[in-house]
Amino acid sequence: MVNFGGAWMIETGTTFDEKVFYINRALVKSYADASGDQNPIHQNEEFALSVGLPNVIAHGMLTMALAGKYLTDIAGGSANVLEFSARFTKPVIVPADIDIDLTVSATVTDVSGGRATISLAASSQGVKVLGLAKAVILV
Amino acid sequence: MISPDSIGRTFAGTESVTVTQSQIDAFCAVIGESDTTIAPPTFSIRITLDQSQAILSDPAIGLDWTRVVHGDQRFEIFKPIKAGDSFTCSSTIESSKAIAGNEIVTVRSDLAHNEEITVSTWSTLVVRG
Repeated sequence: MVNFGGAWMIETGTTFDEKVFYINRALVKSYADASGDQNPIHQNEEFALSVGLPNVIAHGMLTMALAGKYLTDIAGGSANVLEFSARFTKPVIVPADIDIDLTVSATVTDVSGGRATISLAASSQGVKVLGLAKAVILV
Repeated sequence: MISPDSIGRTFAGTESVTVTQSQIDAFCAVIGESDTTIAPPTFSIRITLDQSQAILSDPAIGLDWTRVVHGDQRFEIFKPIKAGDSFTCSSTIESSKAIAGNEIVTVRSDLAHNEEITVSTWSTLVVRG
C-alpha cells in the first residue's frame, strides 16, 4: 500500500489508498451546470421515480469525473492522463439531504514505454458503480 | 432504430466551440481540482455531449436521444485542453447492434483543431426498446 502525498513508485502491482468522495444533491446540480447535462433524472425526484428509478441518480459522468480526479492525483496532473474508460454498471443513488460515498481505489497493472496502465475500482454504498475502469498515464 | 446507411458514417459539426476558463473552473470546482490551468480528463464531455446530440439529431439517422442511457465512456487524449482552445466536433456511428430488445450504439466523437485531433471520445449508448 502506498500513500498519496508521499513519494511512490509506480510499478506493476502498486496499489493506491482508497479515497472517499461524497456526492449529494447539491454536487449533482453543480455537475449538471458544469457539464450541461440537465437531464431531470439527476435533479427531480418525482421525475426519477416516474421513470422507474429508486431515486435521483448521479450522472455516470460525475462518478467518472470524480474517479478522474483520483486518477489525476496519481498521474501528477491532468496533462499526464492519456486514456480513461469506464462502464456505468450501476447508478449512484442520491436521496435528498444526505451525502453518499463514492469510494475509489486503483492498482497499476502494467508499466512499459513510459506509460502505466491503471485499473480503477469505484463503489457507492458497497455496490460497484464503474466496471472495467481503466486508464493509461505518463510516468 | 439507427438507419443502416448511417452506420460507419461521420457527421461533421459546423460550428467551432471555444473553451472558456469559467467552464474549466466550474468543472474543476465540482471534483475538487485546484489546478485549473488544464482541463480535467473528462472535461471534453462538456463539448461533445451537446455537439454529438446536435450532429446526430437528424431523424434520417434514427437515433432517439430521449431513450438513451449512457452505457460506457472512453477518452483518448492526445493533447491537454486549455482555456481559449477552439474545436470543431465530428461524430461517427461506429456500430449498432440489438441486444435483449435494446439497441446498443457506439458513437465516436472527435474534437479537432486545424484538422488535428485533440481528444477522441467513444460513448456506448443504450437505446431502450
